[in-house]
Amino acid sequence: MAILITPETKIIVQGISGRIGQFHAQEMIETGTNVVGGVTPGRGGTTVLGKPVFNTVREAVEATGADASLMFVPPPVAADAMMEAADAGIRVAVSVADGIPAQDMMKVKRFLRRYKADRKMRLIGPNCAGVISPGIGFMGIMPPHIYMPGRVGIVGRSGTLGYEAASQMKALGIGVSTSVGIGGDPINGSSFRDILELFENDPDTDAVMMIGEIGGPQEAEAAEYIRDHMTKPVAAYIAGLSAPKGRKMGHAGAIISAFGESAQEKVVILQEAGIKVAPNPSSMGATVAEILGKKAAA
Amino acid sequence: MDIHEHQAKDILAKFGVPVPRGGLAYSPEQAAYQAREIGLPVVIKAQIHSGGRGEAGGVKFCRTDEEVREFAANILGRQLVTKQSGPAGKGVYRLWVEAATDIAQEVYLGFVLDRKSERIMIVASAAGGMEIEDLAENDPDSLVRMIVDPATGLCDFEARELAFRLGLTGNQIGQMVNTLRACYRAYRDLDATMVEINPLAITGSGDLVALDAKMSFDTNAMFRRPEVAALRDLSQEDPREAMAAGSGLSYIGLDGDIGCIINGAGLAMATMDMIKLAGAEPANFLDIGGGASAERVVTAFRTVLTDPNVSVILVNIFAGINRCDWIAAGVVQAYKEVGMTIPVVVRLAGTNVEEGRRILETADVPIITAGTLAEAAEAAVKARPNAAAA
Repeated sequence: MAILITPETKIIVQGISGRIGQFHAQEMIETGTNVVGGVTPGRGGTTVLGKPVFNTVREAVEATGADASLMFVPPPVAADAMMEAADAGIRVAVSVADGIPAQDMMKVKRFLRRYKADRKMRLIGPNCAGVISPGIGFMGIMPPHIYMPGRVGIVGRSGTLGYEAASQMKALGIGVSTSVGIGGDPINGSSFRDILELFENDPDTDAVMMIGEIGGPQEAEAAEYIRDHMTKPVAAYIAGLSAPKGRKMGHAGAIISAFGESAQEKVVILQEAGIKVAPNPSSMGATVAEILGKKAAA
Repeated sequence: MDIHEHQAKDILAKFGVPVPRGGLAYSPEQAAYQAREIGLPVVIKAQIHSGGRGEAGGVKFCRTDEEVREFAANILGRQLVTKQSGPAGKGVYRLWVEAATDIAQEVYLGFVLDRKSERIMIVASAAGGMEIEDLAENDPDSLVRMIVDPATGLCDFEARELAFRLGLTGNQIGQMVNTLRACYRAYRDLDATMVEINPLAITGSGDLVALDAKMSFDTNAMFRRPEVAALRDLSQEDPREAMAAGSGLSYIGLDGDIGCIINGAGLAMATMDMIKLAGAEPANFLDIGGGASAERVVTAFRTVLTDPNVSVILVNIFAGINRCDWIAAGVVQAYKEVGMTIPVVVRLAGTNVEEGRRILETADVPIITAGTLAEAAEAAVKARPNAAAA
């Protein structure tokens, strides 16, 4: 059944009239993703790619029953788009925007707490590649053909490193249930722990590949969750062994500024929690094969 | 984005933080003038975007006009190397001349983004004066932490509580509450990522005054903070990094000899790790970003080649939002335009990979191609001219 995107998910694209929004919406539709419409303020009543466009997310939800949204909205107004989606009743939202001010994300995180669990929006990203459930659909900017349908979940900060893992797994005949990019920003909608919990509860996922990097406390938090609450095997890789301290490595959040935030320290924290860590980025696929083998033997 | 101490003091003073009287000088004459206006003795501080200035000789207590002129003449125009500046140091082009303060005690005060609570956190210590890293290591029990709820902002009672926990008394309590609230408002209203006052001195007469101040800002928010963006000082930045940023590239110079051109920050870090495991060091981090055109690839080559240590270039692209055919065309174009004299290793995967590979194969350029990340790193390490000797 996969997580976040299932055959029942009805998806709208916020910013569908823009060049980038249209390009990716088209690819989503071509690969069979259930796109039901789009939102561009001021373009309500028009159609793009044969789908109806609405002025507001609320109108789109009322007319189409959409429950998920992919946002192609520029960073200065991305936070507003997230809050609009949450208020309209969207349950899963993906933001690919890179460059949202950190205080805007503080505001969004607080805003999302207004809603009770049964209608709260789960935000993926920002600054991420999105979510794909191979064979069902995707919301994001990834190349869908590199993913083979299967039973291993992927969760990572980096988009391209997620592609790398999926293609290494495919080369070994290992498919993906869902791959989730949580993004490279210091404040993100969903953490590693949040997504690991979804995979743990997903009957169609047998194991998880987690791809972390330098900076922030989320890998350590995930290690604790895996050790205490997960029954499914998890493999991991942490990027940035050669990254210098105090320098921002591309992602706004990829900076070593406190104890426990270097790749070396995170590897030790994960290993101490019993997680199999790939020794290098070229052996992510092999490490997944290893934990699957172990499971079969157990 | 970092700013100078004098700019941070200027901002914080406007929000209500007490700072000593001071003035800016770009020449020994101006320094002498400022010292006369303020009244000797004064402290002269080299303005660079780096900590550790005192130890490096960038701060001087001056009693006389001669001392002021001599120190200013000596330090202006010099590269000041501190333990935080990197080996090249930072150029000293301006001095801050400040009234000398009689210090009885030094307090540390910092505001940062706490990634665990995803809120602004205040860190303070009554044992100020040393770097926060050293404080955390040598005197962790002295650190007082407080997380601010963005819904209410910093409340007076919280600020008072913090002041008492630092052992302050009498008038200092009110002064500390004002200082804390001022720093918090400056952080919030100007999209800062860090505000640090170290030391916040308690003077001989028992008053608080900020003797040093540091502020960093969220580059993602500069579109709505033009007054802060205007404080940027390009003389304090690596010119290659600034040039790259202007072309939509994210570049960071490092110490090795393998030049890297990669898409995606995670893949870039992973490729650097792979190079290290293969026995060499990366010369740089470079993310060409999404939707890269052939022109941007050429700019990436030019940027990487400004580093004279680079002996081979490794291009590793896993295209999602990018297209391998555009990247390949860019590589071929760069090879011809830049007049390449060093080996280039290219690994392409993802969107339009077949077309990209065909462009590389049919072009008349001696590019080494690789199929996987591991092969690419190994090929690059082997392709170095000095590889046999190493």
